[in-house]
Amino acid sequence: MEQDIIVLGCGPAGLSAAVAARSRNKRVLVIGNPVEESPLARAERVDNYLGLPGLTGLELLQTMKKHAETMGAQMLAGRVNAIMAWNGSFALTVGSDVYQGRALILAPGVVHATKYPGEEKLLGRGVSYCATCDGMLYRGRRVMVVGRTKDAPEEANFLQSIGCRVAYVSKERPEHLKMEVDHLSGTKLEVLGEDRVTGLRLDGEEHPCDGVFILRQAVAPGDLLPGLAVEDGSITVNRAMETNLEGVFAAGDCTGKPWQVSKAVGEGLIAGECAAEYLDNLQKNT
Amino acid sequence: MTVHFNKEGFEKALASGQLLMVDFWADWCGPCKMLAPVIEGLGDDYEGKAVVGKINVDEEQELAIRYGVMSIPTVIFFKDGEEVARKVGVLPAAQFTEVLDNYLG
Repeated sequence: MEQDIIVLGCGPAGLSAAVAARSRNKRVLVIGNPVEESPLARAERVDNYLGLPGLTGLELLQTMKKHAETMGAQMLAGRVNAIMAWNGSFALTVGSDVYQGRALILAPGVVHATKYPGEEKLLGRGVSYCATCDGMLYRGRRVMVVGRTKDAPEEANFLQSIGCRVAYVSKERPEHLKMEVDHLSGTKLEVLGEDRVTGLRLDGEEHPCDGVFILRQAVAPGDLLPGLAVEDGSITVNRAMETNLEGVFAAGDCTGKPWQVSKAVGEGLIAGECAAEYLDNLQKNT
Repeated sequence: MTVHFNKEGFEKALASGQLLMVDFWADWCGPCKMLAPVIEGLGDDYEGKAVVGKINVDEEQELAIRYGVMSIPTVIFFKDGEEVARKVGVLPAAQFTEVLDNYLG
């Protein structure tokens, strides 16, 4: 079903936007990582959120999530790996599923997306961000999984199960990695190859491979939406939380400092209301 | 119109030398589904000027390997039987029309 508004990110900004948009009776889908994986969930105590001091970050997130759910926002745990603007609406993919919405609110938080040397150049030429999408093209071949998320070991197991020869790259071997999957320990990475991936250099040592799957918490919004204006890593917005792309709004840490819950909630509210207003105006004009 | 190529059909189109745009895709790929309407639209827009086709990489693994398709969707353009351009990932229609128009001269 097509949504009115799709929100990327289920932290305070995204959830606040969802509540605001639901108050305007819009159909809202929130797509994000489980709240337990939010950086805020690791805060032992948040004392500067007005009126509710003393909660842990996780308690605050769970309370906010419940609020959004009670208001009728739909929640989906997952990562968006591509967005396309098409005929006045937006299509988003999460794994092999496609979701559509008429307005977008970006609230992914701060995406740490410093790329590895060689990564950008070889994207689509052996570097992939999506195991579900590209795994089958590497059956029988050697692939490296650079796991930077909690569920990355499962993706490595999946690749192994469809016939790839997988090595998992991280500091320590993760608990849920299947026995058959090799593990390589290291932190300094470089993707090697000229017009296609030929290997991975790990702490100075070269490991030949055909593919490198890099699995991060989120793809940087600027990479998801080509043409999105970003300055010093923050999405450029105006007072209405509009980005430079029509129908695309942004709120929270992704728009810049201060990285505070109150600021995120405030911006989320504006983004939710302005996105709803944007859709109402569209309808009036057609 | 968009043609669903098997190996034989593709070889024939390639041998004809005409401008050819081929979308390598698969069922299990979400981004491919998203790109599908764009490709179909171009098939209609360029009817009679260029051949727009699709190759399912599950059914035609040999072609996927021959052209080194490592991420899908991948769209490859051919002219006079040779690869002339390649676009990887979900991109707006303009990125594809630019290549097509360039080779249609």
